[in-house]
Amino acid sequence: MSMLDEIPVADPAAGNPEVIQSPKPVSRFRLVLSRLRSTPRFWVGIIGLGTIVLWAIFGLAPNAWNASDLDTFNMGSSPTALHWFGTSDIGEDIYAQTIVGLRKSLIIGLLVGPLAAIIAGVVGAVAGYVGGWWDKAIVWVIDLLLVLPSLFLFILLSPIFKSLSWVALIFLLAGFGWMIMARVIRAQTKSLRERDFIKAARFMGVDTWTIIRRHVLPNVSSLLIIDATLGVGGAILSETTLSFFGFGIQAPDVSLGTLLASGQSAAATRPWLFVFPAAILVFTVLSASLVGDALRDAVDPTSGVNRE
Amino acid sequence: MNSQSNHLLEVRDLSVTFPQPGGSVTAVRGVNYHVDKGEFLGIVGESGSGKSVSSLAVMGLLPSSAQISGDILFEGRSLLGRSDRELSKLRGEGISIIFQDPLSALTPVYTIGAQIAEALQLHDRALSKLAANARAVELLKIVGIPNPERRAQSFPHEFSGGMRQRAMIAIAIANNPRLIIADEPTTALDVTIQAQILEVLQKAKDLTGAAVVLITHDLGVVAGNADRIAVMYAGRIVETGTVDQVFHAPTMPYTIGLLRSMPNLATAGHTRLVPLEGRPPQLSNLAPGCPFAPRCPVAIDACRTTEPPLTSIDGNPLNASACLRVEEISGGALNRAALYPVPAPIALEERAEVAPKTVLAVDQLVRHFPLTKGSVFKHSIGKVRAVDGVSFDIKSGQTLGLVGESGCGKSTTIMEILELAKPQSGQVTVNGRDVSTMSAKERRTLRQDIQVVFQDPMASLDPRLPIQDIIAEPLTVHAVPARERSRRVRDVMELVGLDPSMASRYPHEFSGGQRQRIGIARALVTDPKIVVLDEPVSALDVSIQAGVINLLEDLQEKLGLSYLFVAHDLAVVRQIADNVAVMYLGRIVESGPSSEIFDHPQHPYTRALLSAVPVPDPTLERSRQRIILQGELPSPTEDIAGCNFRTRCPLYQLMDQDGQEQCRTLDPARRQVQGSSVACHHSEHIDLMTLATSQP
Repeated sequence: MSMLDEIPVADPAAGNPEVIQSPKPVSRFRLVLSRLRSTPRFWVGIIGLGTIVLWAIFGLAPNAWNASDLDTFNMGSSPTALHWFGTSDIGEDIYAQTIVGLRKSLIIGLLVGPLAAIIAGVVGAVAGYVGGWWDKAIVWVIDLLLVLPSLFLFILLSPIFKSLSWVALIFLLAGFGWMIMARVIRAQTKSLRERDFIKAARFMGVDTWTIIRRHVLPNVSSLLIIDATLGVGGAILSETTLSFFGFGIQAPDVSLGTLLASGQSAAATRPWLFVFPAAILVFTVLSASLVGDALRDAVDPTSGVNRE
Repeated sequence: MNSQSNHLLEVRDLSVTFPQPGGSVTAVRGVNYHVDKGEFLGIVGESGSGKSVSSLAVMGLLPSSAQISGDILFEGRSLLGRSDRELSKLRGEGISIIFQDPLSALTPVYTIGAQIAEALQLHDRALSKLAANARAVELLKIVGIPNPERRAQSFPHEFSGGMRQRAMIAIAIANNPRLIIADEPTTALDVTIQAQILEVLQKAKDLTGAAVVLITHDLGVVAGNADRIAVMYAGRIVETGTVDQVFHAPTMPYTIGLLRSMPNLATAGHTRLVPLEGRPPQLSNLAPGCPFAPRCPVAIDACRTTEPPLTSIDGNPLNASACLRVEEISGGALNRAALYPVPAPIALEERAEVAPKTVLAVDQLVRHFPLTKGSVFKHSIGKVRAVDGVSFDIKSGQTLGLVGESGCGKSTTIMEILELAKPQSGQVTVNGRDVSTMSAKERRTLRQDIQVVFQDPMASLDPRLPIQDIIAEPLTVHAVPARERSRRVRDVMELVGLDPSMASRYPHEFSGGQRQRIGIARALVTDPKIVVLDEPVSALDVSIQAGVINLLEDLQEKLGLSYLFVAHDLAVVRQIADNVAVMYLGRIVESGPSSEIFDHPQHPYTRALLSAVPVPDPTLERSRQRIILQGELPSPTEDIAGCNFRTRCPLYQLMDQDGQEQCRTLDPARRQVQGSSVACHHSEHIDLMTLATSQP
């Protein structure tokens, strides 16, 4: 309705006191950084994530037990001064196990999420921007990967992966986590392609890769960043599922996934086996998405806080 | 309500406030107007002036969150506070509305006939379905839809924009309303269609005897049609009077400035435009005093503290103006013509020397798009002749205006030129070199010389890049070092009148006019010879257009640029162009020097196009003869033998048998007739059209 045009939107320049007013032009990276710094959500998220990472690195130092130690005198004990998170049936220290598991899950999550998003972004943008036969071929591959049930593939491939290190799991998870986002990016790129600023860049003689890098990817970056942060949680969950069935992280390695899997049967009777790893998982994913959220607002000056 | 109203519609002290999270916005602030029976009132204002909101309030169509105060009386009875049922009864029968976008105003899943019949049956339950359908066909005939029996069975998407708007008018007049509110009814349409619709609206008004309130941003549209007009600014009426009073003796500085800043088809090209500096205020945080004071050249201290009420001029209650210095202006103490300083032309010593040579030549350019059907096995079912043999050339330091209605192929033409690729057929020569023979590297170097400015400044600037990167982008292609880049960016920003300290801001922080300046800066940063301007001012508000046009003129003088200026607004083209080419269905039908084309058009299409453009001067508008083209632009997929304009040509109708035969069979080649090159067999007989229209 035409009426909507008539309601004046608030002047973004007037309502935006933190606009940088320096005589010297500031680079884009610095602008994003300065906007990021003024978002409280970013600080909550980054401090939370930082704490988790630091804890994962240094958390074992004050603890008397290692993850592989067995305390045969305290099997199945509840949290005590000796075993801060309690022990399992065979006397493993849950605190030590949680930290070791967290390390693995963090590494997997933090690598798989962004990796999948990068694949999705590049593949989607190329398909959408270049079009033609490239587009047809890429869509065909995406559709093929989507109809293959990934869990069965993991199971089929697991003998190979068991012989490789757990690092291979990162690529496996990333390799099967990018397709849906790539389709979304492709559709977005197709509509971006017809926008005047992309046309303008083309008429200036900017080459295809630079257009994708400078104009297409930044304009779909909010989607990619959301995807990457959600991907962190998603990857950890995929890893949990695989490890639960015994196809993911293999003993003697431990991850939050294997811990949750082994602790879930005792969740009602001995909650410490389950609650501590689960709480850590929730906290990690929450912090990661707060950072992603703040980053999206900073990269995209028209979204979120800046629009109000 | 103390006093009875004897007007058809009376709006008293209307205020509309929209509560918003960041503070409420008062879109309409105390508006008073009235409409008498059979009167034609025009409400004029820029976007955001509150003109649409005030009329939606009359219809009771505002969202429920809007807070309305004041009173709206229709035939002496208040409309506010009435139930939706009562209002629904009144809508259509008493008041009806015509919206700007007829596609979204019509339901896509019902036929046009059914929608008209629905409007009829809602208000007359006794009407049988058959009678309603018959009346619907009759109404479609009244609004000039050919073959109404068959067209009543069509769905909205099968209608063109102009026909949809006709159908909307048919629905609006179906129940003989006493008041028709038309909200920007022609904004989305081409000039020739606009002329048709305005004629239909006048006819509908005469048939039903209804009063009309026409809301528009185009002063030209009201000049020829309205009896009285009201000018709105920042949610208030700032001037009202008869068309003659407002156009010939405006007393509000805003109206004066608006009239001076508009390129006028009758006068354009001879004088420089007078820009109205600044931009309309934000209604969310209005400063005290007159909202126009920051832009007003004659503002005094009192203007910044008190908001002037609408005071009548010379005791005439119908002619009023909201200005503290109204008496000085109407009395002549302040000279209207000298109120705004006329910007000085570029001094002679600053002008660039240009050697007259052809910088861009297009010869018989063709671009056909195949129409295909089927998803797996594609087969061609025809072709769209988007560009069908276009030739023109541009000399250095000159401007070629390429004009035509939407769909005539002017955008495709410039895209073909800008691609710098080998065209399907024909030749594009830039700086004397045929682009199809160039290597990729040469082509990239050539891109420095030819740059483009797009229509919508928001869409053409990447929202994710600060403007320094946007402006510097053409330089990155040519491997200019970073230090040099930032220096050139700063220089070019100064050149287009932007503060270089704003270089690190993002596009959304700028106003429309500033954004277009950024677009121009980006085009100029490589020091080009040719700039292609694709409707550079049509997305801007009237008061901002003048500044951008003046800037383009100055830059041309200073830098010796050549412009290819594509526009549908003929007044703007007349203002800026040295030569004009008129396009119709992928061809240039007439081209020549601007003065020839505008003063002595030789092609019937040019003549019709010029006569369709409304001029913001009521006296001139009344005396003008209008040639209304019949029908719509044919689809470019149609294969029309002979002259492709003959389906709409008014001259064709007047020719004898032999002449018509010639039009039907022979495709007219361009030939020289009185200073312009025309593609018409009969342009010697063009005066027949004038004779025909002067007879009633």
